[in-house]
Amino acid sequence: MTRKQRRLTMIGGSLAVLAIAAALVLNAMRDSIVFFSTPTMAAEKQIPPGKRFRLGGLVQPGSLVRGDNLAVNFSVADGRATLPVAYKGILPDLFREGQGVVTEGALDASGVFRADTVLAKHDETYMPKDVADALKKQGHWKDDYGAKPGAAAAAVQGASK
Amino acid sequence: MIAEAGHYALVLALGLALIQSTVPLLGARWGDHALMNVARSTALAQLLFVAVSFTALTMLYVMSDFSVVNVFENSHSMKPLLYKITGVWGNHEGSMLLWVSILALFGGLVAAFGNNLPLSLRAHVLAVQGWIAAAFYLFILVTSNPFLRIASPPIEGRDLNPVLQDIGLAVHPPMLYLGYVGFSISFSFAVAALIEGRIDAAWARWVRPWTLMAWIFLTLGIAMGSYWAYYELGWGGWWFWDPVENASLMPWLAGTALLHSAVVMEKRNALKVWTILLSILTFSLSLLGTFLVRSGVLTSVHAFATDPARGVFILLILCIFIGGSLLLYAWRASALKQGGLFAPISREGALVLNNLFLTTACATVFIGTLYPLALEVVTGDKISVGAPFFNLTFGPLFVPLMVAMPFAPLLAWKRGDLLGAAQRLTAAGIAALFAIAVLWAWTWGGSTFAPLAIGLAVFVIAGALSDLAERTALFRAPLAAAMARARGLPRATWGTAFAHAGVGIALIGIVCETTWNSEYIGSMKPNDVANVAGYQLKLDGVTQRQGPNFREMIAQFTVRLDGETLQVMTPSKRNFTTRESSTTEAALLTRGASQLYVSLGETNAEGAIAVRIFHKPLVLLIWWGPVLMAFGGLLSLSDRRLRVGAPKPAKKPARALQPAE
Repeated sequence: MTRKQRRLTMIGGSLAVLAIAAALVLNAMRDSIVFFSTPTMAAEKQIPPGKRFRLGGLVQPGSLVRGDNLAVNFSVADGRATLPVAYKGILPDLFREGQGVVTEGALDASGVFRADTVLAKHDETYMPKDVADALKKQGHWKDDYGAKPGAAAAAVQGASK
Repeated sequence: MIAEAGHYALVLALGLALIQSTVPLLGARWGDHALMNVARSTALAQLLFVAVSFTALTMLYVMSDFSVVNVFENSHSMKPLLYKITGVWGNHEGSMLLWVSILALFGGLVAAFGNNLPLSLRAHVLAVQGWIAAAFYLFILVTSNPFLRIASPPIEGRDLNPVLQDIGLAVHPPMLYLGYVGFSISFSFAVAALIEGRIDAAWARWVRPWTLMAWIFLTLGIAMGSYWAYYELGWGGWWFWDPVENASLMPWLAGTALLHSAVVMEKRNALKVWTILLSILTFSLSLLGTFLVRSGVLTSVHAFATDPARGVFILLILCIFIGGSLLLYAWRASALKQGGLFAPISREGALVLNNLFLTTACATVFIGTLYPLALEVVTGDKISVGAPFFNLTFGPLFVPLMVAMPFAPLLAWKRGDLLGAAQRLTAAGIAALFAIAVLWAWTWGGSTFAPLAIGLAVFVIAGALSDLAERTALFRAPLAAAMARARGLPRATWGTAFAHAGVGIALIGIVCETTWNSEYIGSMKPNDVANVAGYQLKLDGVTQRQGPNFREMIAQFTVRLDGETLQVMTPSKRNFTTRESSTTEAALLTRGASQLYVSLGETNAEGAIAVRIFHKPLVLLIWWGPVLMAFGGLLSLSDRRLRVGAPKPAKKPARALQPAE
């Protein structure tokens, strides 16, 4: 084989692998990407039952009901709309009424969001970033959400924000 | 006083870094030895001053000096001493200080042990290190100064995020940073080679041990972080394809590719241009990781209080270094001479294949990690790219890589004999088929994928062993002769075998854990019994305890197997009053490589407690694999050929350093 042929083999092989990788990525992009919605956005977009998405918002105070065998029902609100959520399992350590939450699952036929995951990812201000951004966009952001973990610390924290 | 001294030392380090980044370059240009040697002394002095600065911050934490904002926000006087110290890097400012300290450490190592490097190469390498250091000192001093004071000092601190108060945190960030920052050495060598316009096998002999060292630390750091997430977050998951995890996986993949292409360069003087590019890309991905984690574009335990100014600053550093080095590459790479020839089927060819798959896999992780961010910037849509995406892209790319892995060490340089290699792998192939058949029969009707994946893993492990057997002529020569040969094998060969086997072992762990994991979730009252995978767990009772800076609820379980009492497990839930938050401390019971995992949920009104119990078969192999890989790396590093500071072969200097033009 000449140098040129060898190089062509190499380049051809690389392109083949890259093409396969691109096909894999595009295929995976189509099936396995999950959108984020607030209850208002979910109502506007009329997401069909069975389509998976991430629902984020605040846990409506007083809505948390614990059933038998670790079944949990609560509502997620964003100031304009609320959406009932059903979940079975252990809630994360940082789950609290009135605070931000992100859940993943799909709506069922009766309009209840069946969550299979409740995410515990919070930053220091106990508000998931996605939720904070969405609330800010809709004009429902109140500064006191951020001040919850310790009012005394708010001044210092404000400086670093 | 201590805070001011630390601050001042950091400013001095910045000054030294600025000198280090300019004067040696001028010296190299003018051929002035004295000016080039400035690099050595400034690098060592810089290390000293950063060490002073880091020690100052550590002392402030140990003394709980709450007049310093950083200590106030992240420490508490009641916190155990160990966590006071680890708290130094459990926050943004402190972790950046750790970052530059490690950078200075590596710069100092090159300065101290680089005596046998050509003077101008050493000057260039240290100058590039100086640029990186100067940029990050500026970043710390301008946007994230850890030594700021509060006007009216409070009497008590706000405590460290409770999930970070763990021994895993003591080890994970320094390990990871040693890896991230270690790649800066290969980056500096690459940029220095581009500036000098020449590169040869001696260059690769220097770069490989540094890359290997960084890779070992990064491997251990990632494994440690994964194990920490497994036992501390209470979910029993060990890898979430979280962007922050991906940020550490990307440099690892690129670094693994670099390690292999550097071998080709060292042995055969080929793939030079590609190796340079990989060195640049690997460190660029490390910088990207720092940006993703530190800029606050992502939310996770790693994203401490965030500030847009910091994000913009790191983005700027990122653009200057990545853009600048790639421009330099585009400009100068053509000046580098072409290397040796090889046939597609050869050791070199196999290593090219390895590089191809590793970098492509790295690219898919890159896309999956950054696409959501890009989409949000462009359209405003928020999406999450989770495990399914990576399983569908990363997984298929790793399969051919692992199939090819046992072949590569058996192929000869320059022109290999694929059929011969296949014959020598017959035993490994039979072992793999046997494993598949046995598992298939055993788990009849279950997953078809798992036996195949384990078969692949067995093939990789057996392949690594057959390589050793082949080289020592284990079954062909008398045992004594084989042992003598085994002692005579280069340690790098042993290292390859261990590292490759480690990949197979990790794969077995991953497949077993994900396929045959059994789980019990329910609420239990005292004296209730849960059955998981043949184990009976009886809840004996729940007690309360006061810890140093938390209250703890401990549940006691007695574990029985076949009527025999094994052990008592005590998972707990800790409540940290200062932060109003709680953590779940999972209890682990290890049986061989398998684990029983118990974590607690909330207590309900009737006194029943939510309990999550997992039986995770062979889960520990997931971490033993990387440990074995790192051990292989260590063996390879201790190879005589690569030992840092080892004198060069006598014949080399004469012809090794001719200009490449």
